[in-house]
Amino acid sequence: MNTMQVSFGEKKDNAAQAEHAVKMSARDVKVFYGDNEALHGINMDILENEVIAFIGPSGCGKSTFLRCLNRMNDTIDTARVTGLVTLDGKDIYDRSLDVVQLRAQVGMVFQKPNPFPKSIFENIAYGPRLHGLVDNKRDLDEVVESSLRRAGLWDEVKDRLEAPGTGLSGGQQQRLCIARAIAVSPEVILMDEPCSALDPIATSIIEELIDELKGSYTIAIVTHNMQQAARVSDKTAFFHLGNLVELNDTREIFTNPQDSRTEDYITGRFG
Amino acid sequence: MSNLVLMTLLLMVMALAYQLGLTRSKRVAVTTNGTGFRMHSRPTYHGMLVAFWAVVPAAAIFAVWSLAQPGIINALVLAQLPPEFQPTTDTEQRILLRRLANLASGFGLTEEAADYELAAAAYLNQLHGIGRTLMTALMAAVAATALVLAWRRIEPHLRARNQMESIIRWLLIICSTVAILTTVGIVLSMLGEAFRFFTFVNPLDFFFGTTWNPRFSTVGTDGQTGFGMLPLLWGTLMIALIALAVAIPVGLMAAIYMAEYAPSKVRSTAKPIIEVLAGIPTIVYGFFALITVGPFLNQLGASFGLEIRTTSALTAGVVMGIMIIPFISSLSDDIITQVPKAMRDGSLGLGATKSETIRKVVLPAALPGIVGAILLAASRAIGETMIVVLAAGNSPVLTANPFEAVSTMTVTIVNQLTGDLDFASPQSLVAFALGLTLFVITLLLNVVALVIVRKYREQYE
Repeated sequence: MNTMQVSFGEKKDNAAQAEHAVKMSARDVKVFYGDNEALHGINMDILENEVIAFIGPSGCGKSTFLRCLNRMNDTIDTARVTGLVTLDGKDIYDRSLDVVQLRAQVGMVFQKPNPFPKSIFENIAYGPRLHGLVDNKRDLDEVVESSLRRAGLWDEVKDRLEAPGTGLSGGQQQRLCIARAIAVSPEVILMDEPCSALDPIATSIIEELIDELKGSYTIAIVTHNMQQAARVSDKTAFFHLGNLVELNDTREIFTNPQDSRTEDYITGRFG
Repeated sequence: MSNLVLMTLLLMVMALAYQLGLTRSKRVAVTTNGTGFRMHSRPTYHGMLVAFWAVVPAAAIFAVWSLAQPGIINALVLAQLPPEFQPTTDTEQRILLRRLANLASGFGLTEEAADYELAAAAYLNQLHGIGRTLMTALMAAVAATALVLAWRRIEPHLRARNQMESIIRWLLIICSTVAILTTVGIVLSMLGEAFRFFTFVNPLDFFFGTTWNPRFSTVGTDGQTGFGMLPLLWGTLMIALIALAVAIPVGLMAAIYMAEYAPSKVRSTAKPIIEVLAGIPTIVYGFFALITVGPFLNQLGASFGLEIRTTSALTAGVVMGIMIIPFISSLSDDIITQVPKAMRDGSLGLGATKSETIRKVVLPAALPGIVGAILLAASRAIGETMIVVLAAGNSPVLTANPFEAVSTMTVTIVNQLTGDLDFASPQSLVAFALGLTLFVITLLLNVVALVIVRKYREQYE
């Protein structure tokens, strides 16, 4: 038994979560960078409206797997994905599927805040305009306001929507990126170490935000920080050397890991 | 002893001094090894330092002496001339000295030499010999003294490495000063000549006149007319605009393809090939325009019922546009590649397509840099000469029709400065005024481009 002090968020409704529908699933997913196999056949189900955290040492494939879920690996020339990934039961790597549509459904927040060098308003309006989600300026204003409100940024920026998004602080920029993702009404939000470039206070604000968002969205989050995984997630998946070692309720993973590698990692023996 | 031999000797001294310094510093290092004492600098630095001191002061003496000697010798020769043959004017003095120099060297004599002239020439030769011997002796003495002093200075504490560092720093400073001073010198000489031009022609007539037809009149006569620059400026701008109209779309799209779509293999092959365009001599573009593009445009125009002259603003502009494509495509490609991948990921992650991402995120982010690239290409187009000499038709009239022949500032400079002419006349001095105007225009474009590019660089830091 490990002696780590971890606090658990609202994870009392485990029983209820078992009834959630499968939102995304992966079957025997392998990723190759050139000839190098980075992921060795991952099987996973991600349930609707739950937060799942991917943890593991650097280079274990957790970010690579996350990027399979909205086909961001397509943007890397040498990357090749095999196996089956589904969203609501539909193969997202099927030729008939429109990757642009997929990414609107499965949004992504990156490790480093990457607002566009445009105004705060334009940053949020970018997605809705692309996908034709709004017809007129009033609707657009509404989408921008509600997205910023949901990301908890509205009160801080409502007086300077025309200011450049790059002028915000790191934490604000990251919330702007979350708001930007929310603005296209995705069903799943992928977050790739969203707090690794942020200070502790900005981190705790983002973590609270994740907790609020999980009522409406399915969230997959990659993190290096085990306390963060423990605080925000319902399920935790431990990756090691391109394998999914263990996937279970977060409380189980941190209190009663089944695999010795998981236990070694969460007790800090490696990583 | 000729200068070449002197220089060779100096180089040999340098090699010798280096070896001496190297050996001595190694010996000093060995003798101090027992006491646990280390040399501050490696032997090579001691060698370089000794070589530096052995050669540079001697070379400086050589440079100063070579500059000062002719003046002193001339003064001495003139001083010993018999009073009745003393030259009275500067021109006479120049002619006499030239004649004496010819006599002394034995070349280029046109008539029989007088006795006093022969004596003076002999004296001149004698002085030259003395001067050279003195200089060689002084150089040898200084080199030897400096070598010995520098050699004896070598000891474990000597910071030869740090001293070499400051020597190198000064070397670099001197080199960059040379480049800057050259620019300043060119500008000053142009300013001087242009000012002389404006003593003949009213600047207002020059800058705002609409007629370019400088008639050859003799110096000093009044009424210098026909020096209006506007037709030339307009011709220059029109050709540059046509060139940009060709080069911007083609260059920019090539850049976008190479930066965003092309596989890295294609990019690494295509980019150098496009850059070859910039390496083709402009005279080759010139006759390409004259014998290929011009007739082609002419026939093309004829099939549409347009009359396009073979040599016209359009011909020159199109060919010049082809020439500056690589400026735009290569620079823009670099700038587009510099836009962080995070920007693209952010846009793609929101479900934008590749071309949407490029149009709405990448290009706006790269825009300042691209504008900088375009301005650099524009200043290249404005200063270009050979293509327009051959293909623009050389007709300095103010016309808005790009199918007509025009002339540019550069072509006019060439015309005004070639042929048999008097360099003090406004007809040739105008070249400097035109050159100066051209210089100011391209300088402004470059400054604006640099400011924009610099602003862009700060954006992602």
